[in-house]
Amino acid sequence: MSDRQAIYDTVTAQIEPFNKKGVTLNDATTFQGDLEWDSLTVMDFVAAIEDEFDIIITMNMQAEIETVGQLVDAVAKLKG
Amino acid sequence: MTDAGLVAEKLPVDPVEVAPERDLMSKFDALIAERQALIDTGVTDPFAIVMEQVKSPTEAVIAGRDTILLGTYNYMGMTFDADVIQAGKDALDQYGSGTNGSRMLNGTFRDHIEVEDALRDFYDVSGAIVFSTGYMANLGMISTLVGKGEYVILDADSHASIYDGCKQGNAEIVRFRHNDVNDLDKRLGRLPKDAGKLVILEGVYSMLGDIAPLKEMVAVAKKRNAMVLSDEAHSMGFYGPNGRGVYEELGCEGDVDFIIGTFSKSVGTVGGFCVSNHPKFEAIRLACRPYIFTASLPPSVVATAATSIRKLKHAHKKRAQLWENARSLHAGLKALGFKLGTETSDSAIIAIILDDQERAVAMWQALLDGGLYVNMARPPATPAGTFLLRCSLCAEHTPAQIAIVLKMFEAAGRSLGVIG
Repeated sequence: MSDRQAIYDTVTAQIEPFNKKGVTLNDATTFQGDLEWDSLTVMDFVAAIEDEFDIIITMNMQAEIETVGQLVDAVAKLKG
Repeated sequence: MTDAGLVAEKLPVDPVEVAPERDLMSKFDALIAERQALIDTGVTDPFAIVMEQVKSPTEAVIAGRDTILLGTYNYMGMTFDADVIQAGKDALDQYGSGTNGSRMLNGTFRDHIEVEDALRDFYDVSGAIVFSTGYMANLGMISTLVGKGEYVILDADSHASIYDGCKQGNAEIVRFRHNDVNDLDKRLGRLPKDAGKLVILEGVYSMLGDIAPLKEMVAVAKKRNAMVLSDEAHSMGFYGPNGRGVYEELGCEGDVDFIIGTFSKSVGTVGGFCVSNHPKFEAIRLACRPYIFTASLPPSVVATAATSIRKLKHAHKKRAQLWENARSLHAGLKALGFKLGTETSDSAIIAIILDDQERAVAMWQALLDGGLYVNMARPPATPAGTFLLRCSLCAEHTPAQIAIVLKMFEAAGRSLGVIG
């Protein structure tokens, strides 16, 4: 299993508790449009991802991340 | 020179209709519809209250009715203080109604200097800079202090002016969970060791009226080599031996680098400020855009502020009365069975938590019809999808008013099934 796949699996597992509508996830799934998350949900989810990978995703970076795939790539980069 | 510049520009009586997809105002359709739906239920618009007369710090006339004010930030009741009013009148007579310019150019009058002196005395610091509002103080200080490649670390429940200060600047922005010392420590530990960092805290968080564990948070920030800014807007005048704020009460005076405050709450007028002991603090005046590119406060405003701040320093009786009022209202509401934002009476703000907008509005309306004004607050201003009826106390509230207020809450709460 590639590193990216491992990160993807961990990210999607972290999404599940917040996936109230049971949306099927893929790289193109958007947080705002498809998952319909509000700013409070985003905040909780980002904190969970940060703690899981021991990284910081600044609010500046968060503004650029719209899809699951983009988040997985950002995590991969931050983990270095 | 042509006449064109001399003709007053007028909007056309019948503007040409803009196609919906090109109309920039279309994005507000959902907001307009939501507000209309609320009005259509027959309630008074909670965000369009007009004070027709103001009789004292605790009484006004709203919609022709005498109303007790329990939703203003006039904590120390200074707005009708005779000395404060006289100072404003004298300044109007001597200096006119406005300054017509920036602090940096022609907008610094005698009383701008006097109010900054009053702040230095009140906070016992070497530096004080006055801004035109508290919002601008946060906007200016945060965006100017923290630059590209540096970090702002802020509490998730921070005031909008703190978030907007972050947006205006070029720093990297990191949030931690509200009042969570470990979460702050963990996040600071993940940031580059050598980068400049500013941790932003608030003494009192205004939505629920809870206070920050400043002692522990400041210790964590210092351990990680971060500077600290504390917004003490909702605590000035009644925390700590000198009324400086929660940071004084909790013994963090030596470790907080910058204090933000406002004239629009305990001081009783309008304006904002930052005070600091940093030896280079004055440089902010030369670099801070929200300080430079706006008109300074009118002379009457800074004169009233200076007089009020000098009186607040010795307002021990008012301070005691405010705490007495807060404790008795908190205890009374708790005994009635309301769900409150804080377990104990931690501040001059007491928030009643309701689970849905309908009941919050109905309750708010019943209180207003009975002659009591409180604040209604709703997401996104409030944490975690809660609807709040926020009460803020004043040192000038009388025990008799508090008793009336509790009776009104009891009647409204029971008739709407909020309490048993």
